[in-house]
Amino acid sequence: MTLVLEQLLNGVQLGVMLFMLAAGLTLIFGIMGVINLAHGSLFMVGAYAAAVTAAQTGSFLLALVAGLAAAGVLGMVIEFVVLRRLYARDHLDQVLATFGLILFFNQSIILIFGRQPMFVNIPPAFQGAVELLPGVPYPIYRLVIIAVGILVALGLWVLITRTRIGMLVRAGATNREMVRALGVDIRLLYTVVFGLGALLAGLAGIMAGPLTSVQVGMGEQILILTFVVVVIGGIGSVRGAVFGALLVGVVDTMLRAFLPGFLRTMMAGSEADALGAGLSSMGVYLLMALVLLLRPKGLFPAHG
Amino acid sequence: MGLVLALLTFAALAAIPLFPDLVGGPATITLFARMILYAIAAVSLNLILGYGGLVSFGHAAYLGLGGYTVGILYAHFISGSPFLGLIPGTNQLLVTVPAAMLVSGLFALAIGALSLRTTGVQFIMITLAFAQMVFFLFVSLKVYGGDDGLIVRRPNVLFDLNLRDTTTMYYIGLVALAAYVWLVARIVRSRFGRVLTGLRQNERRMAAIGISTYRYKLVAFVIAGMGAGLAGALMANLQRFVSPDMLAWTKSGELMIMVILGGAGSLIGPIWGAIALVGMETALAGWTEHWQFWLGPILICIVLFARGGLYGFVASLLKRDGR
Amino acid sequence: MTTKTLIRSLAMAAALAAAPAMAQTPVKIGLVTTLSGPGGYIGADIRDGFQIAIDMEGGRLGGIPVQLLVEDDGFNPGKGKQVVEKFLKTERIKLVTGIVFSNIAGAAVPDVLDEGAIYVSPNAGPSNFAGKECHKNYFVVSWQNDSLHESAGKAVQDLGYKRAFILAPNYQAGRDALTGFKRFFKGEIAGEVYTRLDQTDYAAEMAQIRAANPDVVFQFHPGGLGITFLRQYQQAGLAGAIPMVVAAPSMDLTTMNSVGDSAVGVRLTSHWFHDFDNPTSKKFVEEFQKKFNRLPTFYASQSFDTALAIGAALKGTNGNVNNTDAFRTAMLKAEFQSVRGPFRFGPNQHPIQDWWAGEIVRGPDGKPMMKSGARVMSNHGDAYAADCKL
Repeated sequence: MTLVLEQLLNGVQLGVMLFMLAAGLTLIFGIMGVINLAHGSLFMVGAYAAAVTAAQTGSFLLALVAGLAAAGVLGMVIEFVVLRRLYARDHLDQVLATFGLILFFNQSIILIFGRQPMFVNIPPAFQGAVELLPGVPYPIYRLVIIAVGILVALGLWVLITRTRIGMLVRAGATNREMVRALGVDIRLLYTVVFGLGALLAGLAGIMAGPLTSVQVGMGEQILILTFVVVVIGGIGSVRGAVFGALLVGVVDTMLRAFLPGFLRTMMAGSEADALGAGLSSMGVYLLMALVLLLRPKGLFPAHG
Repeated sequence: MGLVLALLTFAALAAIPLFPDLVGGPATITLFARMILYAIAAVSLNLILGYGGLVSFGHAAYLGLGGYTVGILYAHFISGSPFLGLIPGTNQLLVTVPAAMLVSGLFALAIGALSLRTTGVQFIMITLAFAQMVFFLFVSLKVYGGDDGLIVRRPNVLFDLNLRDTTTMYYIGLVALAAYVWLVARIVRSRFGRVLTGLRQNERRMAAIGISTYRYKLVAFVIAGMGAGLAGALMANLQRFVSPDMLAWTKSGELMIMVILGGAGSLIGPIWGAIALVGMETALAGWTEHWQFWLGPILICIVLFARGGLYGFVASLLKRDGR
Repeated sequence: MTTKTLIRSLAMAAALAAAPAMAQTPVKIGLVTTLSGPGGYIGADIRDGFQIAIDMEGGRLGGIPVQLLVEDDGFNPGKGKQVVEKFLKTERIKLVTGIVFSNIAGAAVPDVLDEGAIYVSPNAGPSNFAGKECHKNYFVVSWQNDSLHESAGKAVQDLGYKRAFILAPNYQAGRDALTGFKRFFKGEIAGEVYTRLDQTDYAAEMAQIRAANPDVVFQFHPGGLGITFLRQYQQAGLAGAIPMVVAAPSMDLTTMNSVGDSAVGVRLTSHWFHDFDNPTSKKFVEEFQKKFNRLPTFYASQSFDTALAIGAALKGTNGNVNNTDAFRTAMLKAEFQSVRGPFRFGPNQHPIQDWWAGEIVRGPDGKPMMKSGARVMSNHGDAYAADCKL
């Protein structure tokens, strides 16, 4: 039972991570109509900037600032140089151009930092584990990630429901043309939304650094999962991103943790393990296909 | 003009093995054979992407399925035990290639039937999701090598030909390419093709005039899947090796790039695109280890500034001269 | 150099340039290895280990001038096959070596053998080439994959642990690892988990380990995977609580340095440690450090031994690689001083060698340091040799 609880927490923590990426991606999708495959690159760049800064200065705070700044600035540069020209294009052009961006950023990172993964230490304040229930210690750092994720979700909720920018965002996600027709400075709105998405992706990268290794390609691994989240949740819907992310995080973790054991009660050990590992990798994609077949616009469609 | 360019292209391709020294020695014939096989896959993707406007982000799945069909049939041919206890293995090219096309076509039928219920971004993502499922399926099939891939020790048998010889393989690929291009040309010019093109331009209008758009799209999707299966089956024979790498999502991206680079919606543009991309990768890789650093921006520029691809560029040149 | 010798060598150089087909033409050796991706450092060490052997003899191996051609396989079996094809067909190379990963070897090595050329493995030793499908032109100087993990299993057995939790990625080498471990560990398996090859977060596995509460953990996660695994092992608070024993690839010097403090206390087994006290090893470590300004990993040592083994065979055949049967006979004698000490080829042309325990301890400078320990296995071959009919 305690194992289930611990795995549930792991699933939530993965979900929170996915949410931070998915929130930006879904807004960019919803408001600008752009598929940005390079969103994962912002995640990677944030992680690298933070890792390098932490290694040089030893300060987690400075690393946080550097990571956010790098992701934010890079996001704006991408928007200004490439994506701006793609708003009016079809999805195919967007997919290809941002695919090109991925190749470019991955190789740039290799040229600058080499292929060796980098490692960041957990900030001293968050090291160690706390006992949630008797006999269930859980790493503090992972709890911090969950807390940050909840804060980000709350912040976004306030921003979207209580501010003027939020109103425009909601309006933009529902009917882009109408917002433009009403004379809103759509350029500024786009830049703000894109900057926000980049910051969140960078934040996710910074937080992931101390857990996993900071390495080239880390962006793409999580990018595809993030797309699954966005599509399950419904494109353009932040609420959908929250639920989609938690769903994907928990389902993926639970399948990985319990499916092989479950299969082993039915067949030979090694067969069960191989099959279980494969099925659990396929699980989230199966989930997405199911959701799309039942509700082609996702669970929480933003467009009425 | 299209016919002239197509004939010129095939004539040039047919001549390449006759002058191996012009293209950099006999070892490069393998490279050209790979280009030809990718060209088949690109032409097949172009049928749905270029003509039908269906952005499938999972086309590599059918390429890989075709390759694995050859690999798995060969593995059972060697071991002597039938596949699933029913289907005996074989190494006859005339059996394995149709089988590969059948398998890819059946998967395309199932995946297409489900995916085509969605449109736009959702369609892109659901085709990607299904391709990822097939990818992880083969990764977890440890009987057939899993992540490590499957070796096809000896190429398939076709009459008395030596398929180990890359020039022979090259010409087999070229014949397959010509046949598939001919098929696509016939389709495009038929009523079916005009409906398909109409779907890309305005699906609602086609539905309004009483055309069942879903069935047209599905048939095109299956024909495209079978084309990729053909390419994959021949590729398994050329490389004598199949691995999940063949169905990775980046491979799907590369196939899309070939189509766009050559010119989407043109008959032979994707062939040029496949040759150009594989050639560019090889040339850049020979020059610098960080070739993707250059390929990325080149791609972005092509998408941003050269919309018709190579074919559009050449066509516009020819038109200007003609006037 | 006197004028006379200068003239003589100039004349020889001219003769070489004029008549490339002469016996003194350097023997070409093709080294295809993984220089890109997270495993890139392994390929770099294999390349450098081989080069140092050539450099120490002044451009020769076994007295025969050699020319080393290095190409990257991009961590991709298809690319590996292409490189090999280029080596064989365009460069007409008869001696190929260098592959790091079993899956790339599995794809590329058959092409080398089908072409009648010789392959000498400095690293990967997959089981399929060790048993029924062994080949007279295929040599492994490093180890058969399973023996790495068999020695770890034996070490865990000797240490007296009763319940082991074992983990490896779900691919051929990973499954071989757990099979090899279980072949020599006779205790209870408290849990057996296959991870994903592209996995970066092991939180779910850490929870399972804690729940199973085993005496010892054995895991096989090469390169970057292992670094991440060890760090999360510490973060989860398991590092002090449950001891870990690994095979050499999960804890090479590069991994140790990247992992930092979390590595201290980890036990491992290997066939070579850089602190070995024999003259060949000492000389090798000294020269390697002088040239590359870093300690060689065991990968580099295997590649160095591979170069020495090839050198011995070249010496025995006077540099004639076209007569593969004669080359093979000379190769099998293994008339060279391995950095590992005793070394010979078994009936399937895989090594028979000793395996040693080691441990990561805190060095005098406070940083983690690798230290060799007692012998775990003597004259250990592999389980597949019996199936090989050569």
